[in-house]
Amino acid sequence: MFVLVALLAPLLAPYDPNEGELGQRLKPPSAEHWLGTDALGRDILSRVIYGAQVSLQIQLVAVLIALVLGTLLGMFGGYYGGVTDNLIMRFMDILLAFPGIFLAIAIIAVLGPGLLNLMLAAGIYSVPQFARIVRGSILSLKEKEFVEAARAAGESDAAILFRYLLPNSMAPIIIQTTLRMATVLLTASGLSFLGLGVQPPRAEWGAMLSTARPYLITAPHVATFPGLAIMLVVMGFNLFGDGLRDSLDPRLKD
Amino acid sequence: MGTLLRVDDLHTHFLSAGKVVKALDGISFEIREGEVFGVVGETGCGKSVTALSILRLIPFPPGRIVSGAIRFRETELLALPPDRMRAVRGKEISMIFQEPMTSLNPVFRVGEQMREVIMLHQGLGKSEALEAAVRMLERVRIPEARKVAGQYPHQLSGGMRQRVMIALELSCRPALLIADEPTTALDVTIQAQILKLLNELKREMGTSILLITHDLGVVAQMCDRVAVMYAGSIVEEAGVAAIFENPRHPYTQGLWGAIPLAHDEKPTLAVIPGAVPDLSRLPEGCKFHPRCGRRFAPCDRIRPQMTAVGDGHRVACHLYGGGEPS
Amino acid sequence: MFRYILKRLAMLIPVLFGVSLVSFSLLQIVPGDPAVLLAGEDANPDFIEAVRKEYGFDQPLTVQYVRFVSRAVQGDFGVSIRNREPVINLLKQRFAFTIQLSFLSILIAAFIGLIAGVISATRQYSIFDNLSMVGALFGISMPIFWLGLLLMLVFSVHLRWLPAGGSGELRHLILPAVALGAASAAVIARMTRASMLEVIRQDYIRTARANGLREWVVIYKHALKNAMIPVITVFGLEFGYMLGGAVLTETVFSLPGIGRLMVEGIFQRDYAVVQRLRRGPGVDDPGGRHLRAGEPADGHCVCLFRPQNPL
Repeated sequence: MFVLVALLAPLLAPYDPNEGELGQRLKPPSAEHWLGTDALGRDILSRVIYGAQVSLQIQLVAVLIALVLGTLLGMFGGYYGGVTDNLIMRFMDILLAFPGIFLAIAIIAVLGPGLLNLMLAAGIYSVPQFARIVRGSILSLKEKEFVEAARAAGESDAAILFRYLLPNSMAPIIIQTTLRMATVLLTASGLSFLGLGVQPPRAEWGAMLSTARPYLITAPHVATFPGLAIMLVVMGFNLFGDGLRDSLDPRLKD
Repeated sequence: MGTLLRVDDLHTHFLSAGKVVKALDGISFEIREGEVFGVVGETGCGKSVTALSILRLIPFPPGRIVSGAIRFRETELLALPPDRMRAVRGKEISMIFQEPMTSLNPVFRVGEQMREVIMLHQGLGKSEALEAAVRMLERVRIPEARKVAGQYPHQLSGGMRQRVMIALELSCRPALLIADEPTTALDVTIQAQILKLLNELKREMGTSILLITHDLGVVAQMCDRVAVMYAGSIVEEAGVAAIFENPRHPYTQGLWGAIPLAHDEKPTLAVIPGAVPDLSRLPEGCKFHPRCGRRFAPCDRIRPQMTAVGDGHRVACHLYGGGEPS
Repeated sequence: MFRYILKRLAMLIPVLFGVSLVSFSLLQIVPGDPAVLLAGEDANPDFIEAVRKEYGFDQPLTVQYVRFVSRAVQGDFGVSIRNREPVINLLKQRFAFTIQLSFLSILIAAFIGLIAGVISATRQYSIFDNLSMVGALFGISMPIFWLGLLLMLVFSVHLRWLPAGGSGELRHLILPAVALGAASAAVIARMTRASMLEVIRQDYIRTARANGLREWVVIYKHALKNAMIPVITVFGLEFGYMLGGAVLTETVFSLPGIGRLMVEGIFQRDYAVVQRLRRGPGVDDPGGRHLRAGEPADGHCVCLFRPQNPL
């Protein structure tokens, strides 16, 4: 649903998200503008719809970065063990030592604000989670008989890793990917809210909230809808992730 | 010997996936003062549910005692309000579970767990209760009882933990001790020690014991009288000598045939064919008839009733005229 | 016990080293010449050179790093380039504020989360359980800054119960703490519920009931103490998360905490401040970090609750 909205944004949006009529500033929801207009007279519904596009883009790129880097690091750490493992996991510890959003902020501080850097920051911020999960899964799998058998059959390390271990670790990876989509959106919109992410006038939900702050009293609807959009999408991914976890990994069910 | 506990036509059902599982399907028995009453049967026949029903500890939902009566001395347990029932548990009737490894709370010291129960039921002060706990630990032959009282359960071996459980459950001198497979999880040598201990304590304290087990060796060693359960019903009940020498019900005979005997000339153990029925889809008539080698006309239509076949020996089987309503 | 703690602390050293190295090298890649920034864009080259010398920007990187670390260990974090005040003073105030805020938040979160979790577990699938789990889903899905704005809208603008900004009094902290704590309350509630459901199925709970203990003693003493073991780990994690989330909360409510200081610092390229801040949490929150590092089985807070941990 969310993906569909993002893809069809240009068709669905009734107005141009960046074109405002100054005569129509801060109008509450009406038949003409379903969700009202913002401080520059832009249609909020259109901006929320276009925001879906931006959000989806950020989520996909950031999660992809985290997925690839984290999975590779976790696989090598878990499979080879010893010094390799120690180095990788200590490095992950260092990344995790920055609480919550701090790491992403630190990265942005170096790279400067902007869409691309935001994706990078949100992605790197999620790498350790993937690395840990994959490593744990590989560790428990690598002693199994089918791996021993593959090794005895003369398979190379790479083949064992990618043809035997990785496919068997897919369930936790998929679950984590879904849940991370939610976290990444929260992080990215938070960064944009701080002014460290997507820059106005581009329609991004966090940035929209940031610009809505001064009008909280006079026009609360401006701040309401972008936040609602973030919450619904995050909730969707969380629900989907929980559902996946229950069906893919019955052990984790409470 | 007077009657201590009398269970009458007890029905306990569980609701599982929309189906009614008749875990107890009308059982009746009585336990007399100072005796050891054994309940034997295969896993899932309702032995443990019987024990939990007596203490009214059937988890609800999904379980519920549907009907019947449980009379303890002069009190109808099923009619007691919850707080009065709580006062019975641990004080008048207490229970030892199968798994000594998991039946003690891992985060409290042994002495603390005992003290809590002693304080609750005997109104002793803190230090007195702890002293009582240590004395009780000594009574179950635990060396260095004071030290053990200060330890956590994980620091003790399985046998020691079961001794602690026995001490805990006997600390308020209950009239009835329910022991649910008390030795199943233990090594054979430890088993013998625990059984000996239970026997001695029973004699010293005059406690009646309801002993639940699937081990016929334990039955022979411990029990005065025995009930054999099958699929939620009692099929035979007799004194321990009678049931070993002269088992009547085909199921009891089958169970007995499944024990290896030293002087047995048969080359293989007898096995009861088939499996225990699904308790939510019980067969018509006698529950055992699909597996019974001696079934005849009425068996798949009429549920046999308990009939006396000797002194204190009762059996529910059409072979002995159980068809007529008693 | 003592040796165990020492061992844990020793394991912290390489991580701290790494954190300081990462912070330091991050700063080095930042575009722009700090000496120019410090002296001002239009200052004459000699002055810029003098500033460069004074702050040691002309030294090799290794020397700069060693100096940076040795000063940091002594509590000297340099002087804020912007307002020429020792960074440590600025940090002390701001950090104290953020810690206050985070503590209040975790308190609220723990209180709500534990109660909701325990009741949900004891009445699994009841209306209360369903409602609180839906609430928890909202809690983890709501962006902090949006929740902050909504709270402000309802409680400050419409009901006028609590102030929307300002600081110094407890009432100023309530809304921010609730906004910051909501997600953690949700996580704690879920964790407590799952953990309690696991524990109340255990044999020793049946033993406690079979001994006639009161239901609330069984639940709140026997079950909760066992169920707390994994939940304590979550507390550590959530506290770390709060220090991060404080950035957003402080921005929404315009509060003088460390998070805002950091964001301001970034916008103004105030090196000393940012540098210290980035490594701050690693140093000041060793407990949180270790728990976060995902070693719940032997995190040192946990062992206090779990006697079977070999110490």
